Amino acid sequence: MVLKKTLSILATTTLAVGILAGCSGGQKNDTANNGGNGGGGGGSNVIKIATQSPLSGGSATLGESIKLGAQLALEEQQANFEKLGFKLELVPYDDQGDPKKGVANAQLIGADKQVFGVVGHLNSGVAIPSSEIYEKYSIPMVSPANTATDVTDRGLKTVNRICARDDFQGPAGAKFAVETLGAKKIFIIQDKTAYGTGLAEAFKKGAEELGAQILGFEGITVGEKDFNGVLNQVLAKKPDLIYFGGLYTEGGLLIKQARDKGINVPIMGGDGLDSSTLVQIAGDAVKNTYMTSAAGLATATDAGKQFAEKYKQKFGKEIESYSAYGYDAMGVLLKGLENAIKANGNKLPTRQQVAEEVRKVQDYQGVVTKVSFDEKGDNKYAKIYIYKFDEAKYPAKLENEVSKQ
Amino acid sequence: MINEVLHTLPQVLIDGLTLGAVYAIVALGYTMVYGILELINFAHGEIFMTGAFVGTAILLTFAGFGWLASMPALVALVLVLVVTSVVTGLLGMGIERVAYRPLRNAPKLITLITAIGVSFLLQDIVRFIAELKNGNYILTGPSLFSGQIGIKVSSISSIFNDASVKSSFFIVLIVAVIMMVTLDFFVNKTKWGMAMRAVAQDRETAALMSVNVNKVIALTFFIGSALGGATGVLFAIQYGTIDPYIGFILGLKAFTAAVLGGIGNIRGAMFGGILIGIMEMFAAANLPVISHGVLGAEYKDVFAFAILIIVLIFKPEGLFGKVSVEKV
Repeated sequence: MVLKKTLSILATTTLAVGILAGCSGGQKNDTANNGGNGGGGGGSNVIKIATQSPLSGGSATLGESIKLGAQLALEEQQANFEKLGFKLELVPYDDQGDPKKGVANAQLIGADKQVFGVVGHLNSGVAIPSSEIYEKYSIPMVSPANTATDVTDRGLKTVNRICARDDFQGPAGAKFAVETLGAKKIFIIQDKTAYGTGLAEAFKKGAEELGAQILGFEGITVGEKDFNGVLNQVLAKKPDLIYFGGLYTEGGLLIKQARDKGINVPIMGGDGLDSSTLVQIAGDAVKNTYMTSAAGLATATDAGKQFAEKYKQKFGKEIESYSAYGYDAMGVLLKGLENAIKANGNKLPTRQQVAEEVRKVQDYQGVVTKVSFDEKGDNKYAKIYIYKFDEAKYPAKLENEVSKQ
Repeated sequence: MINEVLHTLPQVLIDGLTLGAVYAIVALGYTMVYGILELINFAHGEIFMTGAFVGTAILLTFAGFGWLASMPALVALVLVLVVTSVVTGLLGMGIERVAYRPLRNAPKLITLITAIGVSFLLQDIVRFIAELKNGNYILTGPSLFSGQIGIKVSSISSIFNDASVKSSFFIVLIVAVIMMVTLDFFVNKTKWGMAMRAVAQDRETAALMSVNVNKVIALTFFIGSALGGATGVLFAIQYGTIDPYIGFILGLKAFTAAVLGGIGNIRGAMFGGILIGIMEMFAAANLPVISHGVLGAEYKDVFAFAILIIVLIFKPEGLFGKVSVEKV
């Protein structure tokens, strides 16, 4: 009885607080609107930029680095936008690497009238359905990390990316494997996700065209820890290179278990392996592992080194591969936003205007890459970088870079 | 085709046995609790995972103080196994006391849902602590027993390829066998074991015969969870890397193993675990060869589970299950 009463009081209180909170929220919006009108503009002067990346789950290391990079860029630009009369705010969303969650977040982002852009996602499988929603609401998205071809091939006006495409990463990897490493017999393992299979197939096609023999094309299950079964096949077929299409969690274990079995041939993978966690998992076994990445080594330039220092200072963490891309993606987005504001006579632009201006950005110099979008939203300056682990240390050594032309 | 299968057979058997031993001990936890309470304790996979984390945390602490280098690896292992078993055993008892005992007379479905709830709770608690302490919930422990031993199987018959074994394989197998034999002895030969079997057969009658039912159930949870936790340590040593989600898939397969062996039957669970492990490894290594490349290694679970279904069609009580006569 007492319990029931307590519960009902609790429920009533929650409801009351909820209603009050709702009211106050509404009021705040109103005052903001009034302020904006008084200042001679239309609408509010708060501009929110969302990030969407996995902040929990298996790829949280990479997802968080995108968010932190974007956060740094946004905070640096805050003063600049203050002068234009706008207050910049970051709203981070956690897409959990899950398409359903990504789309649900995208709906929330679309419904929030103050959001004028999205930096994200990490996973192409999440970016593709979510971007359909952004297109509906005309919110420009700048992707730091999505390499799947379908991200831009659908011809959406709002979707842009600053990294390279998979149909370039796979063949670039294959070219390096066959021509530089001299691999003739290749065994391919993939993790059955859109990213892993797509990358592995692009690599397979590229390698076959260059005359290499594919000994096997096998799948593993994400979340499992024992890959000895597949590795026994590798052991029996004796390839001179193993290619893995997938992420670092499985990749690290695969590398470790392969070395434990005495498979000492080079192992190559895509940008999904590009994380310090890979080195933690595989330990010393990571030696003789190659990876292609759409992410350049940020610390190769002075601007990049400064960025890495600022990042370390602010967040107490070393940069990850996509930290600088998160930073540059936000930079490009804000550049487009600034242009749109200026083109609109220092008044709040519409989302369409922002999206158009973002697409028009040419020769933006970021810390890790130069950005010019083509008519599809791909970056003309995107490159593929090839890294090698010589010792159990992250980041890996840059071996080679392949540009588009 | 047969030749190709035979070539890899020694290595497949070794890898299958390792995985199977892990499945088998985790399956014991499911089967014991089911035998006594007719409750599918879905949180057991998470207790296994917690054990892996507790064990790795202890090892990392040792390594941090530099004790690991100064003590023999075997001593460290035994120490970690014992401490982890006690911790997870108490955890299991606590879960039973808080989440299952108040619901003991409620419909079976309610406790099942509670068990699922507990398992989510454990996953996220462990994840939270690991992220807080480590900044990343994927944890890699110090490697013990990482030596490689080559077995020259080819000298027996040229048809086999040589196999190589991590020395942790022997540790996993030996500890698993010791645990299983001890449990079997405990349940079949001791007074408390007899009490457990009595409660499994008929709770009310056992209570009338002056068996303290609550104590027996708590003990069952303690033993099952202690074994699960210890297996977690073995898993962490064998595979090196753990995350808070290892309990889910593994728990599911261990549960399958328990059903395959006849749920409620301890020897059945051991056999079922080893069988599923070997089956899975065999399928992963040989499916493309057998099916001429139509089916890839990714269908290994389909293969293992198809066998489960076939067994259950012809013998619904499982391989070792006697139709509701003896349940523990």
